[in-house]
Amino acid sequence: MGSRKFLLAVMILGLGQIGSAQSPTFGVGRTPTADEVRAWDISISPDGKELPPGHGSAKEGAQLYVQKGCAGCHGRTGSGAQAPTLIKSDGTTKSSMPCLAPCVNDNNVMALHSPFATVIWDYINRGMPLGKEGTLKPDEVYALTAFLLFKNGVIQESDVMDLQSLPKVVMPNRQGSALPAQEWKHGTSRLPKYP
Amino acid sequence: MDSKPRDRRRFLKKGAALAGLALGTASSASAQTPDSHVPAADGHSTDPKELAKELIAYGERSKFVTSVRVPVAERMSPDMFGLTFHVLTPLQDSVGIITPSSLFYVATHRGSFVPEINPSEHRFMIHGMVDRPLVFTMDELKRLPSVSRIHFIECLGNRAQARHKTVQDTHGLTSCAEWTGVPLSLLLKEAGVQSGASWIVAEGAEEVKGSSSIPLAKAMDDCLVCYGMNGEPLRPQQGFPLRLMVPGFEGIYQIKYLRRIKVVDRYYMTYDDYGHINPDPKVAALTHQIGPKSVITFPSGGQQMSGPGFYEITGLAWSGAGAIRKVEISTDGGRSWHDAELKSPSYRMSHARFGFAWKWDGKECVVMSRCTDELGTMQPTRAEAAKYWNKPLEGFRVPGADNTVQPWKVASDGKVSNGLT
Repeated sequence: MGSRKFLLAVMILGLGQIGSAQSPTFGVGRTPTADEVRAWDISISPDGKELPPGHGSAKEGAQLYVQKGCAGCHGRTGSGAQAPTLIKSDGTTKSSMPCLAPCVNDNNVMALHSPFATVIWDYINRGMPLGKEGTLKPDEVYALTAFLLFKNGVIQESDVMDLQSLPKVVMPNRQGSALPAQEWKHGTSRLPKYP
Repeated sequence: MDSKPRDRRRFLKKGAALAGLALGTASSASAQTPDSHVPAADGHSTDPKELAKELIAYGERSKFVTSVRVPVAERMSPDMFGLTFHVLTPLQDSVGIITPSSLFYVATHRGSFVPEINPSEHRFMIHGMVDRPLVFTMDELKRLPSVSRIHFIECLGNRAQARHKTVQDTHGLTSCAEWTGVPLSLLLKEAGVQSGASWIVAEGAEEVKGSSSIPLAKAMDDCLVCYGMNGEPLRPQQGFPLRLMVPGFEGIYQIKYLRRIKVVDRYYMTYDDYGHINPDPKVAALTHQIGPKSVITFPSGGQQMSGPGFYEITGLAWSGAGAIRKVEISTDGGRSWHDAELKSPSYRMSHARFGFAWKWDGKECVVMSRCTDELGTMQPTRAEAAKYWNKPLEGFRVPGADNTVQPWKVASDGKVSNGLT
């Protein structure tokens, strides 16, 4: 190999390495198909960008609340039963049931406590009904979410929840936060000046 | 739970059979007739070869060692609804800094179930704001460069109360293990995180697909995608076949049965994040990163000192912010403090074992420990925490994760009890 050709080869190799700085280092694992990602990705952002098409109303939700067995654990009125309170009670009747951990009662009903309506949608979609998680259709999740929001006085009975309207619901605890004031950084205490 | 007596019988049978094997006498030869290979009433073979295989294959601890996990004192596990399951590590019996996998604490609000996941079918996906979404099999993950690190996990519910009797009751929702896996930063770099990304959402494969949001800075710093624990695959109760380790963060972030990580550009407030909502962001801040925190495991509640004389006071210290730099002991209820000795390596976000040489004079006293981590943050007493929050000490409940000093009262007869009032 002539010296100029050799130099050229070295330069090309070198460029190749620079070009591959952004490439995978190990090349282990495979690229999922778009369908695979869609099937697995059930995360819902507070802005609702991953919400699927579909719609539901509080009236439809009221029927589903019975049909899907929600009332069996959460109570016919949505309170005073074994499972977390879903509908804030009128306060006139005291529950005879102990509040099981995590204790969700009139003080922290999700439809009033959650800063975003999408959180309720996500919770029902991934976690309910007990023993049949992940079986609800988007229309059913929209309807059950609408039912809980209506029964807690957050939306009107006639309001239809869908991927447009749900993220726009103005939640009573919109200012509620679960985050520290400062971003996490390596080597920082959890709360400056806290002993 | 009721398997204990059966295990005991099994042990005795094995012992007898092994004795026969060892003697190798004419009587043992005559015992090796087809008749003697009939399974015993408990279903275990009496075939000496089979029994030897059981003894050789996976060892058991001495029948004289009886330390076990117990349910959280106030509740049944699982609870009456069958969902909440909290069991405590027997810290009073612990030595060193590693919690045996069988005794590691467990806390879950959605079932005491242990999903049966076939590792050959398990997949782990990274997607979202990345250049190259990736799916891995378990075998593929194990081909990648791995690390082993020692880290504690502590549940936010690890909160000492006056009615608690032992250190298992007061502090048993923390445990420490060696974790083996692939650095999450390596996997994220392989996928190519896009600019503008600031959080990840991690999710498990169990029924409810338990999910938490974690800052991208933390994910790139020291998180691990783990398949190993204490020298073997993860136990099912600890997330077999794959779990996320977020060192120093509250237990709920350590996603079990890890199946998916999505790189995103904002906090998602997903399934397990919801519980951290708090009117005061200062309190919310105390629900993420743990400690600094320490506790004396000897002498501790329920134990009995055998009389005046020499004892080594010993215990554990840990911090979510890094390594433990210093532990101090008081044997006079907090009036004076003396440096303890670190008896183990002090790894970042790990339990560290401390010891303090002590001659007990036989008089009633209160012993306590406090630690300081690598940031110089010192564990507070309850009084100091109450002062910070400007609240009276009487009936004070420490906001967020409780990392306050635990007092143990030693009576003149040597009985040790909880010093909280």
